[in-house]
Formats: sequence, C-alpha cells, structure tokens
Amino acid sequence: MLNAFYEGVIVIVCINIIAVLGMSVLTGFTRLFSFGNAGFMSIGAYGAAICSVQFGLPFPVAILIGVLAAGVVAFLLGSLTIRLRGDYFLISCLGFGECVWVLFNYTRNITGGANGYSNIPYRTTALVAFASAVLAFVIAWNFIHSKYGQNLSAIRENEVAAAANGIDVVKFKKMAFVFSALYAGWAGGLYAHYLRYITPALFNLSKSSELIITTVLGGLGSLTGSVLGTIIVQLLPEIFRSLAEYRMLFYGIAVVLVILVRPNGLYGYREFSLKRVVAFVTSRLGKGVKSHE
Amino acid sequence: MSETLLELKQVDKYFGGVHAIDSFSLTMQEGAIHGLIGPNGAGKTTIFNTITGIYRADSGSILFDGEDITRIRPDQASVKGIARTFQNIRLFNNLSVKENVVIACNMHARYGLADALLRTPRFRKQKAETEERAMHFLQTVGLEGNAEDKAGSLPYGHQRKLEIARAMATKPKLLLLDEPAAGMNADESVELVDFLRRLKELYPVTILMIEHHMDVVTNLCEQCTVLNFGKTLTTGRMEDIRKNPEVIEAYLGGDE
Repeated sequence: MLNAFYEGVIVIVCINIIAVLGMSVLTGFTRLFSFGNAGFMSIGAYGAAICSVQFGLPFPVAILIGVLAAGVVAFLLGSLTIRLRGDYFLISCLGFGECVWVLFNYTRNITGGANGYSNIPYRTTALVAFASAVLAFVIAWNFIHSKYGQNLSAIRENEVAAAANGIDVVKFKKMAFVFSALYAGWAGGLYAHYLRYITPALFNLSKSSELIITTVLGGLGSLTGSVLGTIIVQLLPEIFRSLAEYRMLFYGIAVVLVILVRPNGLYGYREFSLKRVVAFVTSRLGKGVKSHE
Repeated sequence: MSETLLELKQVDKYFGGVHAIDSFSLTMQEGAIHGLIGPNGAGKTTIFNTITGIYRADSGSILFDGEDITRIRPDQASVKGIARTFQNIRLFNNLSVKENVVIACNMHARYGLADALLRTPRFRKQKAETEERAMHFLQTVGLEGNAEDKAGSLPYGHQRKLEIARAMATKPKLLLLDEPAAGMNADESVELVDFLRRLKELYPVTILMIEHHMDVVTNLCEQCTVLNFGKTLTTGRMEDIRKNPEVIEAYLGGDE
C-alpha cells in the first residue's frame, strides 16, 4: 500500500479537485463569484459526519445526505440572493460562509461547537477519493458540454443576449450555484471521513478564498484548468513544507502574477488537449512560425 | 390579407419624467416587413425593449399571435417566437461562432439533465442534430468557414450577420432588427438588403426593423412608422411617407 504521507496528499488533492470543479462551474462558466463555498463544504462535512456517527448510516448514504443538505441550503439561499448584481452577490455569499462556521461554533449539542466533532470513521481512502474525483470530473464535463453548460457560458458572456435567446437567466444561475454547493458538500463529506475530526474553523473565509483563488489560477472556463490549478495549489505547500507558513503569501503572489501574465488563468476558456500539445510541440520542432493560439 | 401577428395598443413607457413612448400603436400582418424610423432618442429601441420584455409597458397592451405578452420576460418572449438583434451587437464574444448559434438552437433541443449527465443515446442524437442545425444557419449567412473562430474576433459586418443567424436559429415568427445596417457603407447596405431578402425567401418570418439608412428601408419595407420624441408622426406606405411634410421636417429634411 501507499505510505500514509502520499495517501494523504492524494486524498487532499482529490477532495479539493471536487470542490474546485464546483467553483469552476459557478465562477469559470457562469461568472458568479462566491466567497462562501467553504460554508457548503462545512454543511456537507457536518451533515455526513453526523449521519455516520449519530445514526450509523453507511458511508455513501452519509455523503449523499451531506451533499443534499448543501444543495437544499444553496437553493434556498440562491432564491434570495441570485438576482443580486455581481459584488452584492459575492458579499452575500461571504456573509453566508461566515455565518455557517460561527453558527456551528454555537450549536454545541449537534456539532460539538468549537471543540470540534470527533470519532468520525475513516472511510476516505486514496482510492475512494480518487474515484470520487474522477466521477465528479466526468459529471461536470458532461454537464458543461450539454445545453445546460452552454447556457451558463452564454450568461457569462452576455446576460441580455442570453435572455434574448430563450435562456432563463435566474434559473440557470441558480442551477450553477446549487451545482457548486453540491460539489462543495461532496468534498466536505469526504474531508470529514478523512480527517476523522472536524472543527468549524476548517471551513472559514480562508478556505473559501483558497477555492476561488485556485479556480482563477487554473483558468476560468476550463475544467481541466481547474484540476491543474488544484494540483499546483495543493502540492506546492507539500513540496516546500518548511515554508508552509507563507502559504497565503504565495497564493497572493501567484494570483497577481497570473493576472499580470496570463489574465485568463493557466487554461482560460479552453480545455487541455493532448492533440493540441502534440501539434504545439511538432510546430516548435518544425520551426513553425505561428504559435498554437 | 393574412393574419395579424403583432399588435401594440396604446403603449406608454416613462423613464422618470421622460415620456419615452407616447401611446404607441402598431399592427403587423404575418409576413410583413415593417420599418421603424425616427431621429435618435425617438424611442425606437425602447419599443423593441418593451416588446421583448426588457422593459414593462406602463400602460397599454401588446398582443403576439393572439396572446397578451405585455408582462412577459425576455426569455419567454424568445421562446414564444420573438427574436431580436441589438443596436450595439451583443454576441457571446469568447465563444466560437458555432457555439453562438448552437446556444440559440438549444432552445429546441429535446433532452433532460439526466440525459446530459449520462450521455444517453437520446442526448448524443439531439446534440448532433443541434450542431447540424447550427451549421445550416451559418451556411445561410455564409459564415460556415468561420465556425471555429471566436465570435468576438470576427469583422464587424460578419458579427452583424452572426447575430442575425443566431436570432434566426431560435426559429422566430417575428424578427426585430435594431439598425442592421449601422456602420455599413453604401455597398455593404446594398448587400444587406439582398441578404435580408434571401432570408425572407428561405424562412417565413415577419420583420420589424429600426433603420437610419433610408435606402435600406425604402428597398425592403412595405410599411413604415415614423417616430419623433416618443410620438408617432405617421404610419403608411413608404411612398406616402416620403411626401409627408411633417416627416420631412422632423427627419428626412436635413439629409435628403
């Protein structure tokens, strides 16, 4: 078997890939910024953990209930806030995310409060995490490459034109929001069953920021970019362990650099394709005059 | 005469103290091409926005295909069969030319979320058909060679055509064109007139157009309505309108 360190790295990367894919659909494809998705992770994590510990439900059922709880909350919140314009929507999500973890600090009888919730069974092995991430990617890919995903891109590009082409803007924005919450809840449930002990503060604003930074870094409008972004953001601190304290500083610098050098992120508005890489390499070798773009 | 497709009855629209549309009435028969002219700020685009539900009329009513659509949302208007283009072109700039039209065609794609997530045969078939239809509309406007280009990178004239192709892809009964010849020179507007004629032959669509190029309006429209400061000056056949002294004074006089 893998040693514990590598297993841990794989699990963390895979879990974050799921949360970031949700973010990617919301921010990258619909251009709605949410600084509250850690709140949905938290709901998924506590929901699944309570189902496992309190009610002894099987792992997949517990995860599913956590996911659905996050989705229902997102649907209700979205019904109130989705009509808000850009910045106001962002602030409302930020407020929501903060409310959730502060609330879970208070509900000592249910969530264990600030002391955390413990004795969660260890279920998220590297294999489970990897399989989940692959499944999450396939679902997101199919969603984005259907009329639903195309409608989201249309809304991102021009809301008025999207509506003029028969797209119910409010409905589809809400769909993207719920989608991202379901994914965040999924990631949260897996996370709880990996850590075995969770506290509300794990899912605070800096977790939300990390998700959004990863999405922007990987590239808006690209699922493969999001996966790549997550791998980079999660692996770098492991490689430079001694510098872990400066994690947020590096994120900041990385975002500034990306915005300056590649405003669309590493893979903005296109997907990684082996065909294109081959074409690029051969054109370079053959001293092609034009770049692949 | 054929049936009435669109009817606006005494429509009013205010923006604060400004009476943007002053009891505007219009009846359009199926298959007609109707022109809407008038100086800048006369309320022409406001009328389009009111028909398509971007604005709500403060009073009066709008009937489309025998149905009251006064309080409709823009996306519902599109589903009911009213398509439009915009004065300042509104494309999905970062998407490909083909995707722009595919999104409009998606309105008629018959598959559900489960089909999409599981990639069922039904989904694959519907998706392939949608893309085929989109290519067909691109061929109609002569943009099939640019299918994979980014919409935002097209030259101006092509962008106008793409916007019309996208509007036609929703299979509208009524097409609202907001200054299709804006920014075009004389040759290009002649080409546009030909293009719209061909479009009209291919699809049974009724057209309401706002246009400043009088040659375009004269060549295409049987009927025309002249607006000034939100008020309707006159409605009638082009020949009569050109002789109307009020119209000449308000609008045509300066440059004709």
